[in-house]
Amino acid sequence: MSDHAAPTDKASIFRDGVRAAWPICLGYVPIGLAFGVLAQKAGLSPLAIGLMSVLVFAGSSQFIAVAMLGTGAGIAAIVVTAFTVNLRHLLMSSAISVYLRGIHKRWLTLFAYGITDESFALNLVRFREGNWDWKRALTVNHVTNAFWVASTVIGGLGGALIPAHAFGIDYALMGMFLCLLVYQLRGRLYVLTGLIAGAAAVVLSLLIPGNSYIVAASVIAATAGLYIRRRWPSLAASSTPAGERCREPVERNKR
Amino acid sequence: MITTDYILLCLGMGIVTYVPRWVPLFALSQRTLPRWLEEWLDLIPAAILSALILPSLVTAGEPRQLSLWNNDLLVAVPVFLFALRTRSLGGTVVLGMALYWLAGKFLG
Repeated sequence: MSDHAAPTDKASIFRDGVRAAWPICLGYVPIGLAFGVLAQKAGLSPLAIGLMSVLVFAGSSQFIAVAMLGTGAGIAAIVVTAFTVNLRHLLMSSAISVYLRGIHKRWLTLFAYGITDESFALNLVRFREGNWDWKRALTVNHVTNAFWVASTVIGGLGGALIPAHAFGIDYALMGMFLCLLVYQLRGRLYVLTGLIAGAAAVVLSLLIPGNSYIVAASVIAATAGLYIRRRWPSLAASSTPAGERCREPVERNKR
Repeated sequence: MITTDYILLCLGMGIVTYVPRWVPLFALSQRTLPRWLEEWLDLIPAAILSALILPSLVTAGEPRQLSLWNNDLLVAVPVFLFALRTRSLGGTVVLGMALYWLAGKFLG
């Protein structure tokens, strides 16, 4: 962790947050537009699309909801599906909570709203590198949220007029995830955990429909990783110890 | 037009997506966690990213089937190596987009 603290004035917090958030924003544009186009075809007005994006802010469950609306599914069925699709956020929220010690509950409540696959992965990396704080993380959450809402509404208004698949923009989020995964591979144990998770996810995704394979594979891999760390400590020795990363927030609380 | 049913749907979806985001944050950030849980959570990001990425690269279709020859995977290899080498997030995103665009043009 770096010793010099990042500037705390609002302008630099906002600037840092926006700078960090751009790959997510870029990636949200094609997905948001595509969602808007689909939703509009399913009979939703731009206002209705915006309402869903603001209240839900979860790409995959929104796509599923629109598809289910098209088949005439009931509210309860769609809500239950959305719940299972988003259970993976339990894990993400748990992992990021380590960096949010001692923050007022009011802000946690606002922070939780913006936890997505993308903001989670990005903020976690930034927190670990240091020079990052919850206000900057919150900025990332909300800037990306604004981009998501805007792109879905624009998609609903006239997304069909915008050429799809332009400039490989569909790959923006995949590129970002690949790099964020690289940041996570901080030692043999993490590589091993990633490999186990990837293999388990592929196998499970072929066996079971839906996306519960994400949670299942992550839990299996992290548990296996923990077992390996305990059973063969020498194998995990090259990795950054887990305790290292919580040192700073804990110290801050004591003051 | 927005019906009451639609508002209820959005509210319901909003609640069930918000709760899994909020509960762990609220429950875990206010206390010191046992050592094993910290170590476990420390492994979650690598696991979850890998679990998000890999199936979308090597499976396709509905129901999903193994697909080991597709542009997503083909592009992912050099992009991953580039990320390993440069550790540049912006560079990786831009390279990924460029290669994916080229792959779409030339490989179809």
